[in-house]
Amino acid sequence: MSKKILGSIIVILVIAVGFYYQSQLSDDDGVKKVGFIYVGPVTDFGWTYEHDQGRKAVVEAFGDAVETTYVESVSEGPDAERAITQMARDHDLIFTTSFGYMNPTIKVAKKFKKVKFEHATGYQRADNVATYAARFYEGRHLIGLIAGGMTQSNTIGYIASFPIPEVIRGINAAYLAATSVNPTVEFKIVWVYTWFDPGKEADAAKALIDQGADIIMQHTDSAAAMTIAEEQGIYAFGQASDMIQFGPNAQLTAIIDDWAPYYVERTQALIDKTWESKDTWGGMPTGMVKLADISEDVPKVVVNLVNEAQEGILTGELHPFTGPINKQDGTVWLAEGEVASEGDLLGMDFYVEGIDGVIPN
Amino acid sequence: MDLFIAIFQGIIIASTPLVLAAIGELVVEKSGVLNLGVEGMMIIGAVTSFIVTYETGSHFLGLIAAVISAGLVASLFGLLTQYLLSNQVATGLALTLFGLGLASLIGQTYSGISLDAFPVFDVYLLTEIPIIGSLLFNFDYLIYLSIIIVVSVYYFLNKTKLGLVLTAIGDSHDSAHSLGYSVKMVRLFAIIFGGSCAGLGGAYLSLVQTPMWVENMTAGRGWIALAIVVFAVWRPLWILVGAYIFGGITIIQLHVQALGVNIGAQYMSMMPYLVTIVVLVFISVNKNRLAVNAPNCLNKLFTSDL
Repeated sequence: MSKKILGSIIVILVIAVGFYYQSQLSDDDGVKKVGFIYVGPVTDFGWTYEHDQGRKAVVEAFGDAVETTYVESVSEGPDAERAITQMARDHDLIFTTSFGYMNPTIKVAKKFKKVKFEHATGYQRADNVATYAARFYEGRHLIGLIAGGMTQSNTIGYIASFPIPEVIRGINAAYLAATSVNPTVEFKIVWVYTWFDPGKEADAAKALIDQGADIIMQHTDSAAAMTIAEEQGIYAFGQASDMIQFGPNAQLTAIIDDWAPYYVERTQALIDKTWESKDTWGGMPTGMVKLADISEDVPKVVVNLVNEAQEGILTGELHPFTGPINKQDGTVWLAEGEVASEGDLLGMDFYVEGIDGVIPN
Repeated sequence: MDLFIAIFQGIIIASTPLVLAAIGELVVEKSGVLNLGVEGMMIIGAVTSFIVTYETGSHFLGLIAAVISAGLVASLFGLLTQYLLSNQVATGLALTLFGLGLASLIGQTYSGISLDAFPVFDVYLLTEIPIIGSLLFNFDYLIYLSIIIVVSVYYFLNKTKLGLVLTAIGDSHDSAHSLGYSVKMVRLFAIIFGGSCAGLGGAYLSLVQTPMWVENMTAGRGWIALAIVVFAVWRPLWILVGAYIFGGITIIQLHVQALGVNIGAQYMSMMPYLVTIVVLVFISVNKNRLAVNAPNCLNKLFTSDL
């Protein structure tokens, strides 16, 4: 018995030493390895699809000088830590592309000091962990204007994923914009507690339509809601990516995330050895957020309104969160002319005045 | 009233994939085999039915493809577990992983396409009846088929000789074997039937519920189907109850949220699972009912010669 134990200890030691040397050697071959962790499949035609387009841009920009790999459909639980750890063993730069990867990324980054990490949409940084996100709320402001100008039933259905600041910010931005065009607009918000479950997203879209919504907005990753909108002959907005092939008649426009310039820039920084941990929050002015073509069904007046607002956002003259804005309970958040602080935006955990319902916590 | 009808229809649609997958698994388990690969077989059915429907333009051929392909994958499980005597739990789990991977592979070029809506089974006149028409006669024919399958399985298991043989094999394969019944053949057919039903359930997702194909679109429904079999204590008609309760809570919580009722959404999302656990606890309290209905030889290997 004791021989067996001794034997297994030796085997474990050998393996451990092997891993140690492997991790020491991996840095020396000149080619930089860049890895991506995705929360959904690359073919979701939404969130993950756009991140993978960014990865492909890196491949195109650097050719053989950089090797990219990705792992898709990594769930935001314990499995994320395993996937990131595995990747950290032989990569130089790793993009973890979902909010739920925040803690695993920070944890793994502590163990692999030489590896650089980039976490999307999070707020925790370290010497080797940078964060980046896009100001989707700028896009939400524009689609809110369209929704307000287009709705006949004055009811907008909103499929929300998880009650995190990014999602709440999107709801508030769209609601404020919609009511600025049409004060009687009402938002019906459904939380589905998933980023990616086409069946459930479709069920939620149907429920919202049954309750009178004639325009659907979503903050989930698949195009399921768009197919339902197309089927039922109502309108919807593409999320994260152009979803026109799922809703040729239904899509009014789409908010498109464009990560390519950022991924190329950061990979360049890695090669130049100028990479440092920082927080990037790009928006329409830097091209990280874009709008797809606006449907021909949208009246000229509304299109003009959207173009004007987009111009304002691009030049920095318009901020979607400009006072006066009250919180849901009626207390003042922003006074007349006051612009929301970055801290308020990043930590947003309240609805603005006029939205019905309670944010689950 | 319109909203009530809409909710009712939503529940039926959301539950049907679960009904189909669960009734198939029930027959498999009744024969004494535990196949944990339901999720894998469902996704195979989803992808093949989508591809065939897209290529041929016929929903019917798509359904046939789902039945055949998922049946084939299931027969692989049958060969491994019945004839090569591999461990059922491990093989079933492998089947799920294999199915998810294979489906992603063959569906690669088909994501990003959407299909025409599945035709509603229009029973002339009947659909026109106020309220009842919309409640009962305004669905795609797969929903009626799912109920027919459940009732047929009930009849088969309780009223036909072959059904009783299958139950006997699940309860004591050695006794059935000594009476001269072919344990392995019956189990193999049960497994293939289970696979075909799971495949239909998957096809329902990719053809009816969301007419599109995306990887992992079953999103755990295969596991829920497994839970529903236990929930129903292996009684076919209770599969309908279990599946509709599960689908019902899912849909009602979405509507409750949209109505702006102030109940924590996260609790509502937990509800289907909580109800399942509570029911499972109640079921295990009644030992007699469990003993009468649960197949005794579930997940036990049968090693006698052919």
